[in-house]
Amino acid sequence: MKRDTKRRPAFTRRAALVGIAQLGIFGAIGTRLYKLQVQEHGKYAMLAQQNSISERLVAPERGLITDRFGVILAGNQQHWRALFMQAEVPDPAAVLDNFSKLVPLSPDERARIETDLGNRPRYIPVLLKDFLEWPEMAAIEVNTPNLPGVIVEVGASRVYPFGPALAHTVGYVARPNLAEAKTDTVLALPGMRIGRTGAEAAQDLALRGEPGFVQTETNVHGEIVRQVAHDSGTPGQIVTLALDSGLQSLAVQSLGANAGAAVVLDALTGEILAMASNPSFDPSLFDKGVPSDIWNGWMADPAHPLQNKATSGLFAPGSTFKPTVALAALKYGSLTPDTVLTCTGSFTLGDHTFWCDNHVAHGSITLTTALQISCDVFFYQVALGVGVDRIADMAHQLGIGIDLQMDLPNASPGLVPTIAWAAARGVHWAPGNTVVQGIGQGYTQVTPIAQATMIARIASGLAVGPHITRRLGGQLQDGADPSDWPTLDIDDRHLAVIRQGLFEVVNTPAGTAYNARLMIPNVQMAGKTGTAQVHNNTAAEKQKNFNDATMAWADRPNGLFVGFAPYDAPRYAAAVIIEHGLWGAQSAAPVARDLLTYAIENDPAGRDKPLGQQVSDAGAPS
Amino acid sequence: MNSYSLSIHRPFRDRSFGLVRKFLRVNWLFVLCVCALAGVGYAALYSAAGGAPQPYANGQIFRFFTALLMMLAIAMIDIRVIAKISWITYAIGILLLIIVYKFGHTGLGAKRWMTVAGVQIQPSELMKLFLILALASYFHKASHERIGNPFFLLPALAAILIPVGLILKEPNLGTAVITGLIGATVMLGAGVRWWKFALVIAIIAIAAPVLYHHLHGYQRARIVTFMNPGSDPLGAGYNIIQSKIALGSGGLEGQGFLRGTQNQLNFLPEKQTDFVFTIIAEEFGFIGSMAVLGLLFSVVLIALYTAIRSEHQFGRLVALGIGMNFFLYCFVNLSMVMGLIPVGGVPLPLISYGGSALTAVMLGFGVLMSIHVHRDAEFAVEEF
Repeated sequence: MKRDTKRRPAFTRRAALVGIAQLGIFGAIGTRLYKLQVQEHGKYAMLAQQNSISERLVAPERGLITDRFGVILAGNQQHWRALFMQAEVPDPAAVLDNFSKLVPLSPDERARIETDLGNRPRYIPVLLKDFLEWPEMAAIEVNTPNLPGVIVEVGASRVYPFGPALAHTVGYVARPNLAEAKTDTVLALPGMRIGRTGAEAAQDLALRGEPGFVQTETNVHGEIVRQVAHDSGTPGQIVTLALDSGLQSLAVQSLGANAGAAVVLDALTGEILAMASNPSFDPSLFDKGVPSDIWNGWMADPAHPLQNKATSGLFAPGSTFKPTVALAALKYGSLTPDTVLTCTGSFTLGDHTFWCDNHVAHGSITLTTALQISCDVFFYQVALGVGVDRIADMAHQLGIGIDLQMDLPNASPGLVPTIAWAAARGVHWAPGNTVVQGIGQGYTQVTPIAQATMIARIASGLAVGPHITRRLGGQLQDGADPSDWPTLDIDDRHLAVIRQGLFEVVNTPAGTAYNARLMIPNVQMAGKTGTAQVHNNTAAEKQKNFNDATMAWADRPNGLFVGFAPYDAPRYAAAVIIEHGLWGAQSAAPVARDLLTYAIENDPAGRDKPLGQQVSDAGAPS
Repeated sequence: MNSYSLSIHRPFRDRSFGLVRKFLRVNWLFVLCVCALAGVGYAALYSAAGGAPQPYANGQIFRFFTALLMMLAIAMIDIRVIAKISWITYAIGILLLIIVYKFGHTGLGAKRWMTVAGVQIQPSELMKLFLILALASYFHKASHERIGNPFFLLPALAAILIPVGLILKEPNLGTAVITGLIGATVMLGAGVRWWKFALVIAIIAIAAPVLYHHLHGYQRARIVTFMNPGSDPLGAGYNIIQSKIALGSGGLEGQGFLRGTQNQLNFLPEKQTDFVFTIIAEEFGFIGSMAVLGLLFSVVLIALYTAIRSEHQFGRLVALGIGMNFFLYCFVNLSMVMGLIPVGGVPLPLISYGGSALTAVMLGFGVLMSIHVHRDAEFAVEEF
């Protein structure tokens, strides 16, 4: 074996070296084991016994929502709840059985807990039961040895002091669903809530905050020995809404039992000072889970309590649309402030006759008078003269029929038809459609918030956008100052003529809203009434007064009013709709009057402190 | 009378012998050690399930016996046949690595697995054995002088670097390093000069910082976590801390079978796989751990004995490589459990739950036993 004479001894030498190296490394591992298992046994045995540091995340406190003066609109209420750390327990099912003997769990709750146990990371505890009663707490504490991994702690639930009055605007929170909890682990924490509507949804991320953690040592039985570290996390930011809770309460009170909506804006900034939608619901029910009978009741209610009608309710504007039609005609020169048109009580186009209210002949009148007495025939002719597209263009400029980019979810843009819109939907646009467009009937649909925006823009001449968030974490947001908004691209003289007409509506005996004039010395309101049909009148109805309390509730026309005050220095704008309220002048205008009266007297616009307090604070030493 | 066939020194020279004789020549002490380790594994997995044969222990012992039969079957194959097909298996191994990279299952951000006939295999595990065989057959024919020639070493170096590169691409840093080390061991056994190893080590030392920047995020995280386990108490560092508590709480004599609190309370996730040693250490203490360590080292030692005992260079190199492979498994796993090196997802062979590593290790042991059975085989034509 000549070839092996050198190779074999060399191999054997090197193999022996490899063997020695391997033995050395095994020796080192053995030595290390000796150190860990024998020398440091005491230290690790203690760690194992008392043991084992477990960390769990804790939900941050959700940020408060307040009105502009700091009145709490959404707060947190502490309660006791039981959590379960499954990671520390060999047999979670047995613990659950023991727990349910002390604190009864419904089959639904039990199923939810088991789903959570299978879907949560180990450092996320699972909620067993919220809102523990004292006897339940005591039972858990006494039975701690049988309940390894069960923790009782203080949790927070969302409370809404104003209840239904602000359910739509402030919104509500609910438990995140399984899919949401999977996308963001923090949402899986017991106590975490997610905003579903209103400001709660719009500012959800700011309100959530950052989670903290608790590090605890638990012994072999899963009992907590001591807390090692605690960090309560960063609470969510305080969201200060522009609302004035006093004005809001008045709005809800004024709507009373009527279905409808009322909005008050700061005409110079677009800040929403009040926003009410009726009927409403109890927002705190969502935090605990809505009982199915209540839910089914909401779904069956023809007045749609869950819908925020102020931002997503769609209504024909009726005569409140006339200022928009007039501004379009003024802009394109088909109408001047001095143009005289004649009303004979009806207007015939082709073979179709369009009537004025009650078939009354108003005679030869100008624009301001036409607004004052709300003459339909005048506006039939104006609309026909200017055309549907130009009306739509002016409506968009005033905030109607467009996305207002509001900081509230689910707002509807509404609709102002154009020729192109009709063509895209296969609607044949006849001149008659343009005629009814002149009085805000037909295809046009507006939301109360858009109505309020329109009247605020006419009042201030600024292109204000409605918004509800005034401060985030104390920081004043853009849009809170009139200088944040550009002026409208509308001739001031045209706006002045319209305002003059709207002044006469309220402040002259012939005006349609004279009965709703303000009773404050030297302050006047200007506005426009509207009474909008909700269905096509039958021939018989056309022969008589279509506006009749003998009609079924759902067939009665909607009453509308838009207005602003003070007339000579506009600051507050209001839009009110009373569903099936008959005459706008009788149903909606008094509500607007009450709201604007409160606004003028308390003057919340531009302030962070109520009127009286502002003065005393200024003099007080800080 | 044929004195040739009765030769005392070389009784089986130049001819193969019957199956029964072969079977008797298997190193049964080795088989005993392997079975003892599998027995330890059964106990540990029984304990991991909280004192139940399901879901781990029974399945694993069934897989072990299947693999044991495979090992004995391979031991019957003539080592010269294995030597002949060594480059074919090497090529198959490379092909599998490419296939798994392109079409394999993704687990934990890496493509390592593929399914063949319902069995999950990890080509990188097979590749280590195929590389050993290929390198051994390459050096088998080379004289001591020839090995001194650097150009002769270049193909061998390429044979190592190709699979290492492919495994790095998966990406599987741990297995890539182990594969490289095994290749280096075979070259060491073949007689490659010491200074060449020193040179390669120097190059790697210089290149390491550059390579670090090309590591994947999770690989860097492992290294960082290892340096400072407290930095991420619920991530990778959590496992190291819990693992050390389990080891340390075992003490000299252990807490007793099925009585390890750390094990029974599930502080360690997936303890039946990579962290299975913590169960043994906690429940059987330092004495039990040392006994298992002794068994593991016996396997390494018998492989080394097989290498030295082999009359042919091919067998020597293959046995050395297979022994080193098993040793590295043990070393990486135990060091990881004890917090000595970054966590790397390497199981403890023969004990951990799982089929892929077990199959690969037993395949190697089959070849090892074939070397032992055919330790005196004469290779037909050879270069000098």
